[in-house]
Amino acid sequence: MNVRCQVSMVFHLDKCIGCHTCSLACKNLWTSRQGTEYMWWNNVETKPGTGYPTLYEDQEEYHGGWEVKDGELKLKLNTRSKELLNLGFNTRLPSLDDYYEPWTYKYDELTNSPLQQIQPIATPVSLVTGKEMEIEAGPNWDDCLSGSPIYAANDPNLRSIADEERRQLFEMERVVYFYLPRICNHCMNPSCVAACPAGAIYKRGEDGIVLVSQEKCMGWRMCVSGCPYKKVYFNWSTGKAEKCILCYPRLETQQAPACMHSCVGRIRYLGMLLYDADRIEQAAKSPDHELVQAQRDIILDPFDPQVIREARENGVEDKVIESAQKSPVYAYVKRWKLALPLHPEFRTLPMLFYVPPLLPVTGSMNDGIYESSRDFFSSLENARLPIRYMASLFTAGDEEMIKAVYRKMMAVRVYKRAQTVGDIPEGEAAEALERGGTTPEEIDDIYRLTSLAGFDERFVIPPFSREAAVELVHLTHTPAESSGMGFIHAPERGL
Amino acid sequence: MDTILFVAFPYIAVILAVGFGIYRNVRNRFTFSSLSSQLLENRQLFWGSVPWHYGITLLLLAHLIPWIIPGAARYVLSDPVRLVILELIGLALSLFTAFGLIVLIIRRLPGNSRAHAVTSWMDGVLLFLLAVQTFSGIGVALFDRWGSLWFLSSIVPWLWSLVRLQPDITPVIALPAFIQFHVLIGFLLILLFPFSRLIHIFTIPLGYLRRPYQVVIWYRDPRRRNEGQVITYGKQPLE
Ligand code: SF4
Ligand code: SF4
Repeated sequence: MNVRCQVSMVFHLDKCIGCHTCSLACKNLWTSRQGTEYMWWNNVETKPGTGYPTLYEDQEEYHGGWEVKDGELKLKLNTRSKELLNLGFNTRLPSLDDYYEPWTYKYDELTNSPLQQIQPIATPVSLVTGKEMEIEAGPNWDDCLSGSPIYAANDPNLRSIADEERRQLFEMERVVYFYLPRICNHCMNPSCVAACPAGAIYKRGEDGIVLVSQEKCMGWRMCVSGCPYKKVYFNWSTGKAEKCILCYPRLETQQAPACMHSCVGRIRYLGMLLYDADRIEQAAKSPDHELVQAQRDIILDPFDPQVIREARENGVEDKVIESAQKSPVYAYVKRWKLALPLHPEFRTLPMLFYVPPLLPVTGSMNDGIYESSRDFFSSLENARLPIRYMASLFTAGDEEMIKAVYRKMMAVRVYKRAQTVGDIPEGEAAEALERGGTTPEEIDDIYRLTSLAGFDERFVIPPFSREAAVELVHLTHTPAESSGMGFIHAPERGL
Repeated sequence: MDTILFVAFPYIAVILAVGFGIYRNVRNRFTFSSLSSQLLENRQLFWGSVPWHYGITLLLLAHLIPWIIPGAARYVLSDPVRLVILELIGLALSLFTAFGLIVLIIRRLPGNSRAHAVTSWMDGVLLFLLAVQTFSGIGVALFDRWGSLWFLSSIVPWLWSLVRLQPDITPVIALPAFIQFHVLIGFLLILLFPFSRLIHIFTIPLGYLRRPYQVVIWYRDPRRRNEGQVITYGKQPLE
């Protein structure tokens, strides 16, 4: 056993209201510079939808992530030598048009407009070329389905569902969607790291955060193709790759990442996970339907005395183990098995997890009177979003696994409703409990953490002491240039 | 004059290139990058970058290998059939390369694509010089036939004399001015290496072929810490 620890996040999708506050908090903090305008380290996409960059989930097109070939785990992108031959032209790179060309407006045309009959218009100008441009796409172009089924219909996950189901999905009366906030998954088996020819991307041993060394990055762009979630972006101005840093400077000073801190729906939970690094490869090689379970298996129980012993031996500090025991992420992912990784079939073992949305209670219009459905906790077969669709997002197509999650979530709803409102027929609650394979105690815990938990329960990290660690190995009077962080020169594009 | 051009200039070019290259590597590595503009424009880039990079790599090797192992080159070229075939391949390659370069130049012209937005003045200088060099090279191949042979008896001895620090320019000054021009632009390009994006040639990551897929960096390696090692980090070892 080789115990490592990782900062990890859970997104409770039923709570996400799609407000994009997280995206903006992130943008204001990290990506408001030239060259990064189009980067959304945190983005919130509408599902069904094509996502950002468009159709990123289609690995037939982009070749991101891993595949198992002849029993070996290989990058789907290319062999190493072919990758080197493609340095001059990366055949799997999305172009700016797959994101959008960033723009601003000539606002002075509004203020300086002469008096006239019609309203003045501010002309859009490209932030790349500075020239006037037509806006053809933008961030969240398909937000809330964008009033049209066009984008959603192209969602690669819809390929798995039957035509009839698909037609129903887009019937006006039944139209349904949910939001999927995405940041870098800080994967256990990151393919961005593996694809980087320069070796510039690395995973931090202490907390598993995946970072791009801006000094080592040579702009070969293979990480962009290698990451199946397209969460590495290429800064067109500096010629370097950049990605979500999980706000490590904030984490190191005990603050939640900006996206989490600002989350309006309080959908995010952040905590530590212990995992067995020796079994990463083995887990990533599992057959599609076993991937989720394999990943759960190598996430270790922080209460197990043997795990604690091995963790200590591996230099994991006691305060880290302690906080792993209180981790809300551990509760959702492993104890309750409610949170699932996004697209496990990409085999990067993503370390962010999603509690799938149960979606609101269905309602219907009858003669202009809105009636909420009697069947609050509609059976899974009538789920507003086909189970198969959710399975293709979160369990590599394994419907049983996602059904198990839903049954437990329904059990929570039914049981709590019976308890608090009391309009659930006798016996139905007990039946739901049984179907969900859960107990009243567990339900109470789930209910508490889902609905009542305060910030301190949702955000649990050990007191990091990186500064103290620096002092341990550095004499504090070392000259300014030889210790500490940051650039000697301003980070500007070279000639 | 010849001494300045064929002794002093090559030395200055190489010394400046190496010296400033090391300086930039140590002091300002952030500026090292392929400076790719593929994100902004990738259709024209395919037709430019692919022929250019493959072509120029092979052509440079064709210049380098006979210089490093002249004996073997002389043996290979001693047979007229092989000579003709190699020269023809070389010519075809240089046309292929030139095609790529022309596409790359057109792509960078103002108004042609977004790539113009990230084109610096140095890129302009470089594209111009590379074009001059590529076309003068084609000119040499066409008008001063059998370059692969005379290269061995003129340029190679001169270069080696420079390497041995006993410069002997007699073989080069005998060459036609056109060839001398090609040689000098070559050294000008060498000089420009650390001052331009050409530096990316020295960052071709061959190590990638061997390193493990995953890179995990510890602030302090926990496994080694247990062995009671002295932790060294940065410039000052722990006392
Ligand atoms: S999600 Fe993040 S860690 Fe995983 S492959 Fe992509 S960039 Fe790398
Ligand atoms: S801030 Fe929270 S609720 Fe709003 S979109 Fe982001 S994740 Fe969803």
